[in-house]
Amino acid sequence: MRVKVKLEKKTKGLTFQDLFLKLSQFWVKQGCVLQQPYDVEVGAGTMHPETFLRVLGPSPYRVGYVQPSRRPADGRYGENPNRLYKHYQFQVILKPSPANVQDIYLKSLTALGIRLKEHDIRFEEDNWESPTLGAWGIGWQVLLDGLEITQFTYFQQSGGIDLDPISVELTYGLERICAFLQGVESVYDFRWSADKTYGDIRLLEEQQLSEYSFDRSDAGAIRSEFELHEKQAKELVDGFKGAAGKDRVRYPLLAAYDHCLKCSHLFNLMDARGVISTTERAALMARVRTLACRTAAAYLEQIGGSASRREVRA
Amino acid sequence: MKPAANSTMERRIELLFEIGCEEIPAGMLPKAEEDLRANIEKLLSAENLSEGITVETFGAPRRLTAWVQGLPVKQPDVQTEVTGPPKSVAYDSVGAPTRAALSFAEKQRVHVNELFLIQTPKGEYLAAKQTKFGRTAEQILTTILPRAVHDITWPRSMTWTGLDAARFIRPIRWIVAVLDRKPLKLSVAGITARNITRGHRFLGSNAIRVSSFADYEKKLYSNGVIIRPARRQEKIAKELEAHAKRGNYRIHEDAELRKLVTYLNEYPSVIQGAFDPAFLSLPDEILITVMRDHQKYFAVEKKSGELAPHFLAVINADKDPKGLIRAGHERVLRARFADAQFFWQSDQKCRLADYLPKLERVTYESRLGSYRDKVERVRATACWLTEQWFNLGMAQAHVAEADRAAELAKCDLATEMVREFTELQGIVGGLYARAQGEPDEVADAVYDHYRPAGLDEPIPRNLTGCAVALADKLDSVVGCFAVGVIPTGSSDPYALRRAALGIVKIILEKKLPVSLSLAIGAAAKALLTHKPKRGVTPDQEAQILDFILDRAKFVFREREGFGYDEVSAVFRASVDDLVDSQKRLVALKAIRKTKNFEPLAVSFKRIRKILEKANVTLGDGHHVNPELFEHAAERELYSAVRAAASKVQSQKRAGKYQEALEVIAGLRKAVDHFFDGVMVMADNEAVRNNRLTLLAELLREFTTVADFSELGGEERR
Repeated sequence: MRVKVKLEKKTKGLTFQDLFLKLSQFWVKQGCVLQQPYDVEVGAGTMHPETFLRVLGPSPYRVGYVQPSRRPADGRYGENPNRLYKHYQFQVILKPSPANVQDIYLKSLTALGIRLKEHDIRFEEDNWESPTLGAWGIGWQVLLDGLEITQFTYFQQSGGIDLDPISVELTYGLERICAFLQGVESVYDFRWSADKTYGDIRLLEEQQLSEYSFDRSDAGAIRSEFELHEKQAKELVDGFKGAAGKDRVRYPLLAAYDHCLKCSHLFNLMDARGVISTTERAALMARVRTLACRTAAAYLEQIGGSASRREVRA
Repeated sequence: MKPAANSTMERRIELLFEIGCEEIPAGMLPKAEEDLRANIEKLLSAENLSEGITVETFGAPRRLTAWVQGLPVKQPDVQTEVTGPPKSVAYDSVGAPTRAALSFAEKQRVHVNELFLIQTPKGEYLAAKQTKFGRTAEQILTTILPRAVHDITWPRSMTWTGLDAARFIRPIRWIVAVLDRKPLKLSVAGITARNITRGHRFLGSNAIRVSSFADYEKKLYSNGVIIRPARRQEKIAKELEAHAKRGNYRIHEDAELRKLVTYLNEYPSVIQGAFDPAFLSLPDEILITVMRDHQKYFAVEKKSGELAPHFLAVINADKDPKGLIRAGHERVLRARFADAQFFWQSDQKCRLADYLPKLERVTYESRLGSYRDKVERVRATACWLTEQWFNLGMAQAHVAEADRAAELAKCDLATEMVREFTELQGIVGGLYARAQGEPDEVADAVYDHYRPAGLDEPIPRNLTGCAVALADKLDSVVGCFAVGVIPTGSSDPYALRRAALGIVKIILEKKLPVSLSLAIGAAAKALLTHKPKRGVTPDQEAQILDFILDRAKFVFREREGFGYDEVSAVFRASVDDLVDSQKRLVALKAIRKTKNFEPLAVSFKRIRKILEKANVTLGDGHHVNPELFEHAAERELYSAVRAAASKVQSQKRAGKYQEALEVIAGLRKAVDHFFDGVMVMADNEAVRNNRLTLLAELLREFTTVADFSELGGEERR
């Protein structure tokens, strides 16, 4: 049975959920596994193990998923039309990167109803780096009539490991695209579904979580949580050395990574609360990075690849 | 060896070579064009193929193109003579070729009759003519073009397949190589070259067959790509002008932006957009920065100089019939301006000084602490400088204002506005300070204290701004040297070279009395008495002084046109007060042309050599004893030196360096007589020492303006 949702006449553009669906369909047709958001707080789709870990090693992989991404310091109590504590990304990984990847990407815009010839679309230099993940890549931000809609990156390193083959990461900023398609000024005004706006669904969450992370979080408790998660992650990674045979295959490095993600989020919470001093900031980030890099190296060993680290020509 | 005449060499052919790429960063294209051109020229020249050729290169976002005209079809053939056995071995007694001659002929693949005799220093030898046939341009290009691509240097390269594959700035997706209208077989980064290019991503075809550069340029144009950057820039300029005329406004000029948009677009077109005039209540600096740095739009001004509520955007498209592109750009700009307006209001909910504690969370350098710590050091040094100037009677020197400006200078680093628009640091602080009622002197000083941004950029407008700018830069240089962050080669993360140049430029341009060594000492003291309470060793202070003086030398030589030896002469005499050094340089340059001067400089050089040889150090406490004089020339020189010395002293004190130098130049006759008539290294030790002492005194007295013994001769670098 086909259900056809009838939209009001004056509305235009895809709804937020249409975006999820259209992009999912498009990328499934390109051979992607359709994954789901990761269930640990992350600051970006890159931190989902489907990206961070899958890009390691030689096995080809294609995946797409929506990832709600939490950035506590970017919260604005729901008062800013474009800035959010939590925003939604559609993340695609293509491993290895196909030669016509830009064309495929542009077709995905067409699938969203954007007529390429009627717009000014450009790929403008923007290299991406995540210091807490030891990951970086080369690429662009894609601008649609001056609006950044996608981060397009050829991953070069993840967890401090040189990648081979190279994966392409596409990260669509869904709120921006949706506001553009619907021609509204504030993200809170666009329609999520036929009869609900983004504001209906998310405003309260923005208000409360901004209030929490800026004004009410217990910095001391968060700090000790950070330490606890770091300790567990470290112990888990340390234990991998001794694991052998069947135990080695099922050794829970994925759990170590979860703890590492927790650390990253807790760090962001402390940062938003303004309790990190200058020297401490760099040191805490380095601690998370160390965890991420060690986990990545162990994971690569576990899946039977070899970490190739070499001097990268500047 | 000489090139053989060869008819095929007369024909000249052309090469079209294109590296098809995913979007190359616009800022890197001009240098890449230049690299590619230089690489091709160099490699062709190494193959003897560069005579009479022209190489032009063109960059656009998706391509780097080389056009070589006047290429020879092949390298010239080269004829050589190969020497064989000596005549005595090559021919037998009756003159018939021996086995040695026959085997030489066989080895050289020539008939024995073609062998001939040549005269060598060792006697007559058998020889054979050999022609080394030149390789064709086609063969050579096949190997050198991939090299020419590989040798382009980029700030940061990447791989798009894997570690063992090629590296470039962005993935290479196609290669065009056409030599003399025919496809050239070669491969670059694993891609086989063809005679097929691609047009504009949205305006052109994805497969265009090309046979020559002219054909390529024409077909690309009809496929939405203007290959020559100069033509793109012209198109942009023309359309900007047309909009300005129609709208009765003028472009807010920005040469860098013009260049950037030239390289950002393959088919640039200019569209006009508008914004809500209510945003014009924001300061121009903020509006322009948002438009230029973030959106790459040109701001426009009314004839009166005020900003107009319009902008001109350069798009990579032919036109915008439905106005969709304009609407999109307007929408983005509206959001940006709304942000800026929000920051402008929310930042000012508290006063600028209230941001001071927040600077504790902004790191300057891990060992040097936060900007909060830096502020205290900058305050101390800025106050010290201003106090010096006040004591010298400079009317504009107000210590309290310098202190206040230094206190506020870095506060904007903690504001939302600067966090969002970092290039507005200083400017935002200055604007907030002014809006919050700080005196102009203080507000302008905060606004200006990062100046100069470069050697051709302006310095702070007022004295307080100069004090804060100098103190800030001194603190950066002294602090970084103290913790071992010293610029090497291309690595200068804290831009210390620029800071040192800024120090030199401010002092010279504003003619500020600053003792560099004392100023470095003051900054060092601030580092010791305020956080992080770090000491600076005398060696480090000397190293810092040298570092700054190196920049001063550069400015005097390269920007003010003083000779290498002139700068050395003045710096050797003494250098601490740059304005004073500059005065001495001007005087020296002027007097140098007079007739007595160069010969006197030669004599000074001679005196220095004599003294060095005799191991006499200047000012060792000996005095000339006139009783030991034996020659009239000694007495003449002695009295000339005495008379000149007192004149020179007083003129120097009065800052009349040219007059002082003229007096010194007047010593020439007495010096010449002395050397003509007197033998310095006399046998009598007392007489000899007395003469040396006289010369030492002369050198000591008369090299304090400039040390002439540095002048002339070959340039020492």
